[in-house]
Amino acid sequence: MDLSSFNSDFVVFLLLLLSLIISSLCAVMIRNLLKAAIALASTSAILTIVMFILNSPWAAVFELSVCAGLITVVLISAISLTGEKPSEEIVILRKKRLQRFMILPLILVVVAALLWISWPYLSNWVPKIVSSEVTFQEALWNIRQLDILGQIIIILAGVFGIVVLFKEREVK
Amino acid sequence: MPLLFIIFPLITVLILNLSYKKIGSKAALLIGTIITLLQMLMSMTFGGFIWKGLTDTLRVNFITDFRINSYSLIVLFTIGLISFVSLIVGRSSTGKDKFNFVNLVLIILMGMNGVTMVADLFSLYVFLEITGVASFVLISLHKDKYALQGSFKYLLMSAIATVFMLTSSAIVLMFAGSLKFDIVNTYILSYNGVPFQMVIAFMLFITGLSIKAGLIPFHGWLPDAYSSAPAPVSILLAGIVTKVTGVYTLLILFTSVFGKNTMIGTVLMVLGIISILVGALAAMSQDDFKKILAYSSISQVGYIILAVGIGSPLALLGAILHFFNHASFKSLLFVNSAAVEMQTGTRKISSLGGLASRMPITGGTSIVGFLSAAGIPPLSGFWSKLIIIIAAWQAAAYSYAAVALLASILTIAYFLRLQRNVFFGHVAEGLENVTEANAGIKGVSILLAAINIVVGILFPLVFKYMQSIGWI
Repeated sequence: MDLSSFNSDFVVFLLLLLSLIISSLCAVMIRNLLKAAIALASTSAILTIVMFILNSPWAAVFELSVCAGLITVVLISAISLTGEKPSEEIVILRKKRLQRFMILPLILVVVAALLWISWPYLSNWVPKIVSSEVTFQEALWNIRQLDILGQIIIILAGVFGIVVLFKEREVK
Repeated sequence: MPLLFIIFPLITVLILNLSYKKIGSKAALLIGTIITLLQMLMSMTFGGFIWKGLTDTLRVNFITDFRINSYSLIVLFTIGLISFVSLIVGRSSTGKDKFNFVNLVLIILMGMNGVTMVADLFSLYVFLEITGVASFVLISLHKDKYALQGSFKYLLMSAIATVFMLTSSAIVLMFAGSLKFDIVNTYILSYNGVPFQMVIAFMLFITGLSIKAGLIPFHGWLPDAYSSAPAPVSILLAGIVTKVTGVYTLLILFTSVFGKNTMIGTVLMVLGIISILVGALAAMSQDDFKKILAYSSISQVGYIILAVGIGSPLALLGAILHFFNHASFKSLLFVNSAAVEMQTGTRKISSLGGLASRMPITGGTSIVGFLSAAGIPPLSGFWSKLIIIIAAWQAAAYSYAAVALLASILTIAYFLRLQRNVFFGHVAEGLENVTEANAGIKGVSILLAAINIVVGILFPLVFKYMQSIGWI
């Protein structure tokens, strides 16, 4: 890698990516559900900054409002409705959980090493800059109409999911 | 006109739920059944003036980026047929949840129709997710413990598949600058051979789709999900959902998006052969009626994937015919398993026996189903397997052809075991008073058995008819 590219912007960007990885690892590995939800929210928040730096303001806005905002609210309200497990069970679960997730950082290290080794070959792949000539409105309402229709259907599917899975509890 | 395939069910779902007077579950089932019949009719008369007129009057041509070719019409027809069968079986076996069941079947119908018709990788992903979400809910319709477990496994595996497919789409977007099928294809054709980054993207997509199709070694979720789901849902899942989301999508991507590539072709052929063998061997040792059928599905899907991997026009014809035949005989067998479970209360084949004398129609049609699955002439399954094996031979893939041929013997072996334990021999204790299932289930099993026999015996005529309506 060319050392001259190590300016302050680049260092900040690297730090952001690093904290993205750490906070997403936290979201998976932390035992406390509330803290895990907050870690997930901060992952989204960092991702928002990354997207903004990468010149995708619209994606950043959606990431911030939906993933960091809405989903966190839903998750936290769901967590506050559930009870704690007895402490003996927690000890057993904690051991099992950690064993299960120990592999995650290892995988990350291996992937990073592979990327580092193959960097000279990969850097030849010059990605195309996707044209940003079309405006956001045009892209959403004229080019991706089908996806909007799809989104309506997926929301319907979600509604029926909630009806089917939670209806009985209401009746009780 | 393609939009009609999505608009009709969508409007129906809205009407069912938003009507002023609450629509009863029986009426909902009837309306759902009509929609599936309408879909079969539309796919048979695609482009007909009624539909064109309807499209123009209703102005439902605001979305046009669909991609309909002859194969997608067969798939759309099969989707209609299997959804119809599932709704008929659901009439007698979904209990209180009938209303939600109809709505979810219509949603999954829209999802699958979308997957069949889209011309863009991201839209493909959106419709795959619709199908996925609706399947998770359908599997856990009765909130039975095993069903929830099966559904959760499917959910997790699908999430992993999603990661693979989105990563692949990202790579494609980075290099080709668009996700539209034709633009990606032109980009790839502009190179001499498929460029390396596209091979990686395609491999990632294949992995995602293999999870969706339940190919070995990505099949972990499939037997649990199939066997724990309510009967009409297993028919839908095994008959069509995994075939459309996994197999048909793979076929489209391989033939008209990423382009044929020998290396990827070989990977698909190997995946296909392993699925054929391992699925068949695993089916032999099962005791659960539906699990045998589930493993058998893995094995039969292997044939389709093998044909896609070969990639010649004859092989692709075999693949699409086997797609249709597999949907018809496997849903027939699932209908039979539903009938047996409903009347005896068990699916364990070791505690069943001699049911052919008590349930002659179920017993008789299941023989048709398994003979067709094993590729015995003159049933429909014979023709598609024959075409696939001939195509493999022509492509000089002799060992693959031989294994595919020999695996048919394995198919006969596990189905004979199933037949002997469930339908032949002495009537098992406690099953003396078992009677035939209700008229709806009898009707659809006779219908599906008839399709297998008629398509088999009159194959040349059926083939000509398919050509005349533009399916092949």
